[in-house]
Amino acid sequence: MTLPNGWEMVVGLEVHSELKTATKMFCGCANSFGSEPNTNVCPVCLGLPGSLPVLNQMAVELAMAIGVALHCTIAPSTFHRKNYFYPDMPKDFQISQYDLPINSRGYLDLPDGTQVSVERAHLEEDTGKSTHLGGSGRIHGADHSLVDYNRSGVPLVEIVSGPDIRSSAQARAYASELRGILIATGASDGRMEEGSMRIDANVSVRKAGAPFGTRCEIKNLNSLRSLQRAIDYEALRQTEVLDEGGTIRQETRHWDENRGETSTMRTKEEAEDYRYFREPDLVELDPDQAWQDRVRAALPPMPAARRARLEGLVSDLSDAQRDAIGTVVELDLDHFVIAASEAKADVSVALARSANEIAAGIEHVDKLSVENFVTTVAMEQKGELSATQAKKVLGVLLESGGDPGAIAKSLGFEQLGEGALGELVATCIEENPSEWARYREGDEKLSQFFIGLIMKLTKGQANGKAVIAELQRRK
Amino acid sequence: MKHAIDIAAAVNAKESSASAELATSLAVIAEKNEAINAFLFVDTDGAKSFAATVDERIAKGEQLPLAGVPVAIKDNLCQTGVPTTCSSKILADWRPPYTATVVERLIAAGAIPVGKTNLDEFAMGSSTETSAFGPTKNPLDLSRVPGGSSGGSAAAVAAEMTPISLGSDTGGSIRQPAALCGLVGIKPTYGLVSRYGLIAFASSLDQVGPFAKTVTDAALVLEVIAGHDPMDSTSLPEPAPSLVAHVNDGVVGKRIALVKELYEGADEEVVASVKNAVAALEAAGATIIELSIPELRLGLSAYYLIAPAEASSNLARYDGVRFGLREEGDDVTEMYEATRTAGFGAEVKRRIMLGTYALSAGYFDAYYGQALKVRTQMIKAFAKAYEQADMLIGATTPTVAFEFGSKTSNPMAMYLSDVFTIPTNLAGDAAVSVPFGTGENNLPIGVQILGPGRSEATLLAAARVLEIADGRA
Repeated sequence: MTLPNGWEMVVGLEVHSELKTATKMFCGCANSFGSEPNTNVCPVCLGLPGSLPVLNQMAVELAMAIGVALHCTIAPSTFHRKNYFYPDMPKDFQISQYDLPINSRGYLDLPDGTQVSVERAHLEEDTGKSTHLGGSGRIHGADHSLVDYNRSGVPLVEIVSGPDIRSSAQARAYASELRGILIATGASDGRMEEGSMRIDANVSVRKAGAPFGTRCEIKNLNSLRSLQRAIDYEALRQTEVLDEGGTIRQETRHWDENRGETSTMRTKEEAEDYRYFREPDLVELDPDQAWQDRVRAALPPMPAARRARLEGLVSDLSDAQRDAIGTVVELDLDHFVIAASEAKADVSVALARSANEIAAGIEHVDKLSVENFVTTVAMEQKGELSATQAKKVLGVLLESGGDPGAIAKSLGFEQLGEGALGELVATCIEENPSEWARYREGDEKLSQFFIGLIMKLTKGQANGKAVIAELQRRK
Repeated sequence: MKHAIDIAAAVNAKESSASAELATSLAVIAEKNEAINAFLFVDTDGAKSFAATVDERIAKGEQLPLAGVPVAIKDNLCQTGVPTTCSSKILADWRPPYTATVVERLIAAGAIPVGKTNLDEFAMGSSTETSAFGPTKNPLDLSRVPGGSSGGSAAAVAAEMTPISLGSDTGGSIRQPAALCGLVGIKPTYGLVSRYGLIAFASSLDQVGPFAKTVTDAALVLEVIAGHDPMDSTSLPEPAPSLVAHVNDGVVGKRIALVKELYEGADEEVVASVKNAVAALEAAGATIIELSIPELRLGLSAYYLIAPAEASSNLARYDGVRFGLREEGDDVTEMYEATRTAGFGAEVKRRIMLGTYALSAGYFDAYYGQALKVRTQMIKAFAKAYEQADMLIGATTPTVAFEFGSKTSNPMAMYLSDVFTIPTNLAGDAAVSVPFGTGENNLPIGVQILGPGRSEATLLAAARVLEIADGRA
């Protein structure tokens, strides 16, 4: 979206990502989504009197991995208390990093070649989860509220970008690339729909080259689509206010997904005074160089490098294939394409089948072995399976596993081997002598006529390429 | 009453039993507690069960450092299933689902927790008069305070209900009542004793420590409760020091500094006792010097910003949502306000407001930030003093035990009770109060011996010299 009247949007994102640790940030409770409410709790994450936090080493390690992947400086850091009252925050303060974050001053390269600076990526604890019943679904006016403290104390990293983003599409690309990095580092599962990755967007507008305008913060955007829509709406709203001679109030705004609008949550004047001070129950966090080096060495390749590798396997890369590679990397399916390439199978086919068929059955991907995938691609390449058949075989493999050859046979695909197809082609030629004559004289379009007949006879199970090969052979 | 070390010896030798020692303790409590109000809750059934377990362990051949020793626990330390109130209405019905590390260690060492003792609400006070459940009386003079905030734990030992007890010391809350009740009290080095399960008042200052009638008993208890605890991030990464073995090491060759700021302004009889103690230590072979550490005068002001600031955050969780008192309101904010208004007493509210203010935007630098700088100065000043002396000596409190109501109308007068003890907490160092001499109405006077971090063995040896010189053992 382009803003009217020469306005330019300025966007910075704060991305909260839950870390995929086995246990919570300051206690031994399981960090898992979807358990019965209030079952993963103990005196520490319930903030019972007398309990004390002990920092989870794995959370620190994952935070450092994120820092390394975002080219940040890792420095000695401290924890503070952010004080405010809310029922889902058991201690009525949140332990967070403040003036000395573990990671600072990094950057993120986007696929389009632009770069967004990362100011900091700090550790903090998550709150519990409130459900407000009755009223509007917000706490005020609710009849009563239920709180699940399973999420209380789950480790989070908050990644704060610089105000470098200039369009909602770029914001989306940043969030998407960051999500890929979080997944690749093993730090997060990046599941926005489960709230394990949540985004706040700071949006302001200015005339090109002018100083930054007053910003508004849109809270808790939980899909890439919402992010993009909310930023566009908010930037446009601000230009309209300014074009009418109004001013923008610094405030926190709420995004209403159904109405497609942002609205005021609280103004700067209503903002809480968090009374930050050093958390006296924790000591300074100062990961030694050897630990940092171990994290650095153990870091797997990031999405950009993985995309580059796959792109190198495909000659004459099309835009569609570039997108397919993006999908493959996002879903962590690289190894299927790479294995196909190593087996000298058709990389284009492998890429398409990975980005489409495997992606569609991603929840069952564990059932599909790389060997079976490569075999299926090879069968398609050799004409033993049509594209449609290959897709069906992959579907079965994803559903229930098994042997590709046996699956093809059980689906009745094997009679379409060369012999059976040859007989069908011969019959068709015999029954349509004039079309055959024209084809032999060079009217290539008639191949489609014969393919159509064969498809009808085989209920779509023939391989078009194999039909053409048969026709050519008999010419 | 027998000393803890003798009880443990007798029980280990099967000349006595934990159950018998407990019965003695419970009988004294039954006789005296109504008048003294040391205990808020006596866990008779739980204690009997602990005693039975100890007797079984002894029967199986175990030897336990505190075998069968009844112990009183300040009611800001958690014990599973036992009411833990901090002497506050806001926690009146709360029973923790877990046990503080120090209490677990006492139990493991064979001690018998007999109940929970009174304190100033959330340990904020110097007389137990801010307790929501009535003050504790000083067993030596029932018209006077036992000191505070650990007044109940001090009174329990002074009244011989138990030979030992646990308190907590944020600005003097063990040493001051020890002095006023004629007991030995230790404020250990910050981090020596786990705070896990100690309900926080001011986290960077709080430390659990023992009360006992003798230096050896206090040393014995500290040995049991000290040592690294993985549940407390501020816990020192080392095992408990050896203390009992060193109580008779004496002070020969030790340099002890009499510090002007640690006795100036105290009553004459208190100053006289401090000087007599200095003479006794010199006679025992110590080298005495005199020092002035002007930074110590800033301690009280810094403390009354830092401690309330931390408290304002630590006490936020008493909001009526998950545990403790809840007063209903039309919405969540009203519920918070009603609960906290009804649940907290005046002194707690005063400190929460003070601390909230000190941390607020626009005031932080002038108050809390400035107090942290003073704290740093104090740490440096102590470190410098410890280049010249192994220990410092002064008074524990400016006066002997005072009468009920004499300071309640003037918070500053009450706060001044802790003027000599607060600096040690700010520095995170160790200090011991040991009775030496008496004053008005034959009431005990406490002498305070201070040392750098991890100097407990040295301090206790010096305290032992004074204990002998005072004819107490």
